Amino acid sequence: MEPEDEIYENGGGDESARSKPIFSGEPLDIEAYASLYKDRTKIMRLLFIADHCGNDSMKFEALKMAYDEIKKGEDTQLFREVVDKIGGKLGEKYLMDSTWCEAVDRRAEQKKEKLDNELNSYRTNLIKESIRMGYNDFGEFHYAHGNLGDAFKSFVRTRDYCTTSKHIISMCMNAILVSIEMGQFTHATSYVSKAEQTPDALDTITVAKLRCAAGLAHLESKKFKLAARKFLETGPELGSHYNEVIAPQDVATYGGLCALATFDRSELKSKVIDNLNFRNFLELVPEVRELINDFYSSRYASCLEYLGNLKANLMLDIHLHDHVETLYNQIRHKALIQYTHPFVSVDLQMMANAFKTSIAGLEKELEALITDNQIQARIDSHNKILYARHADQRNATFQRVLQTGSEFDRDVRSMLLRANLIKYDYNARSRKS
Amino acid sequence: MALENLVTQIQALSGNAEDLPQLHSILKAADEPLHADPSLLISLLDQLEPSRHSLGYLYILEALSSGPVSKEQANGMVLTIARFIDACDAQQIRLVPDKFVTICRRLKDQALLLEAPLRGVYPMLTALRKLAISSEHLTSLHSEFLLLCLLSKSYKLGLSILDNDIFEVDQPRDLFLYCYYGGMICIGQKHFQKALELLRNVITAPMNAINPIAVEAYKKYILVSLIRNGQFSSSLPKYTSSAAQRSLKTFCQPYVELANTYGNGKVKELEDYVQANTEKFKSDNNLGLAKQVVSSMYKRSIQRLTLTYLTLSLQDIADAVQLKTPKEAELHILQMIQDSEIFASINQKDGMVSFLEDPEQYKNNDMIEHIDSSIQRMMTLSKKLASMDETMSCDPQYLGKAGRERQKFDMDDFDNVPQKFTA
Repeated sequence: MEPEDEIYENGGGDESARSKPIFSGEPLDIEAYASLYKDRTKIMRLLFIADHCGNDSMKFEALKMAYDEIKKGEDTQLFREVVDKIGGKLGEKYLMDSTWCEAVDRRAEQKKEKLDNELNSYRTNLIKESIRMGYNDFGEFHYAHGNLGDAFKSFVRTRDYCTTSKHIISMCMNAILVSIEMGQFTHATSYVSKAEQTPDALDTITVAKLRCAAGLAHLESKKFKLAARKFLETGPELGSHYNEVIAPQDVATYGGLCALATFDRSELKSKVIDNLNFRNFLELVPEVRELINDFYSSRYASCLEYLGNLKANLMLDIHLHDHVETLYNQIRHKALIQYTHPFVSVDLQMMANAFKTSIAGLEKELEALITDNQIQARIDSHNKILYARHADQRNATFQRVLQTGSEFDRDVRSMLLRANLIKYDYNARSRKS
Repeated sequence: MALENLVTQIQALSGNAEDLPQLHSILKAADEPLHADPSLLISLLDQLEPSRHSLGYLYILEALSSGPVSKEQANGMVLTIARFIDACDAQQIRLVPDKFVTICRRLKDQALLLEAPLRGVYPMLTALRKLAISSEHLTSLHSEFLLLCLLSKSYKLGLSILDNDIFEVDQPRDLFLYCYYGGMICIGQKHFQKALELLRNVITAPMNAINPIAVEAYKKYILVSLIRNGQFSSSLPKYTSSAAQRSLKTFCQPYVELANTYGNGKVKELEDYVQANTEKFKSDNNLGLAKQVVSSMYKRSIQRLTLTYLTLSLQDIADAVQLKTPKEAELHILQMIQDSEIFASINQKDGMVSFLEDPEQYKNNDMIEHIDSSIQRMMTLSKKLASMDETMSCDPQYLGKAGRERQKFDMDDFDNVPQKFTA
């Protein structure tokens, strides 16, 4: 989905304060956004924005920043990708730097050999701790060079040599980090549960990190309710400690939107609005806080307006991109259902105004919801009124009883007939034999 | 002459019930010579009375009609047989059901030969009633009777027989034809529920090898199921014979396709499909049903609308259901209101239709009687089921088999299950 054309040229100011609302209605401030993250995820997010923003100036700014960032690291594969994407359009400074590439590759070879030798010597000496550190170094080496598969394997190998709970925790955290980068969230979930099984070495920050990782995994597998619960349980101690994966603004946004799409009113109030811990996160994204409050107080028009404004920027988020449509539809449906719930009759004109849509469109949406049995009502298309309708239990019961009776009748009679036929057949055969 | 003797014996022994077995054996012995010379038999017949000497009359009549019959003789033959059936004594003829069935069949053949199936209908009905031991008994004549009803279009008569529940069957073969013809009669009278039941009995009857009647029944079953229920589940019940489960679907491929197209919900596709396969449907004599399937789809769509709307304009209905003009929508709805498939009222001035609730409140006397009689029926049925279970459990063959096949856990289990209980 491409954002609307009102994404103007990025002002590019110097405000990189952490507390500035990043996901707002204004066009995305790429620098500020990127400053929330570090390491590989920063680069991946910048590349994602470049691919999906559809606006050249934003795209090249993102690519520029990605280039700079990659140069600080050691991943030549990513470097080649970025240079391809830039295609020489950004001037002299941003061309293919083969000398740098070769130098990095050579260094990498040397380092790899060194690590290999060290590891072999540790293995022959059978010193557990050194072997573990050796594999760990290997994992970090691979990760820095973009070989995510090898990195994961190396980190997992340290498992056999972990002696204390701290080791296990660090192994899990590394494995989780790599699997999230790889996009394999099933691994991430399993390592989160493994880490949670060693509670003694867990400090609050690590707990918060684990909750975020679990939330991300659920989000990816479209289990929005579970994702919301995990994000909401994340403690404010997270701060910026998990910047290599997720920023606190993200926790607020993901948690808030998933909760809005899946929780019922009571859960929404108790777990989101009254949740003191989560409030710290929500402060970082005041628009999300506003829209949740609007939804709860039935100010649907303004809630949907906030959502509309946020949509463009949310589509640029690497984790949320695939789910924005679904979440938005769910939130809209919930709003419609909640609106009609307390009333016996609703004037469709007023409702269309409240939701800023046309009567015809509204009728279509309501029809879909009624057919799905999410709203119990009937539409009077002539006068454009929606009437609540509650099924008549008594009549329905009578109908079901009579139907069950006739089905029983029919089945038993056929069964007796069949039994007779089989008996006849059996008798005939035994008479013959 | 031996035959003269025969007549005298018949006259003598037909008087009371104890002599009948003796008469029966005499007649059986005389069967061969009777068949040898049919021409003399007419004179013999005149000396006997059908109501008193039914058994003898039957034998002679059967021998008489066994030869080839020309069209001129057919008329006379039909009259003779019909009169006999009317007058005969039920007890006597039940001793020789085969012969009785044979002459009734000949009656049917000749009625068809004369192209007047109606002449055979009433005699067959009487014959059927005399042969059947109870109303739950299915004889070979039932299917012949229904065939005559179908051919002579006297559906109501057929329906009256179909209302009886059948539990005892003479020959499984009869059941197939009976249910198939019965299904067709019900379809003709638009009693789709009963038709479904009968056709289902054919499909799920125990059979060792696939049976063309079952195949035809399955085709009609699919079509009627779509018309009545708007859906068709291609999984056959568990108790269907394995022969049927394997082969039915392959023989009825176009119909299964039709059901799938119906499931897609697009009327145009359905119409095109029926159009494309007209020849196939026509060759199975199912074209009329197939067309009814198409129109039933419109009905379903309109019925779905009643769940969401209280009032709707004719134009909107036409759009939603994919009809061409509001006028067509009006006609459909009018028909459905008359058939009581929908409760609505049309306001022609505004072009609006208001959908109403089902006025049945389940509060009046008729409903109470209906519920009461249903309950009585269920109870009778349950008792019947229980008694059948009891009879089966005491059956020596069942006991023997169950005894042989039970699990053996300790030494006692190795003994034989007692099969005879002597006091």
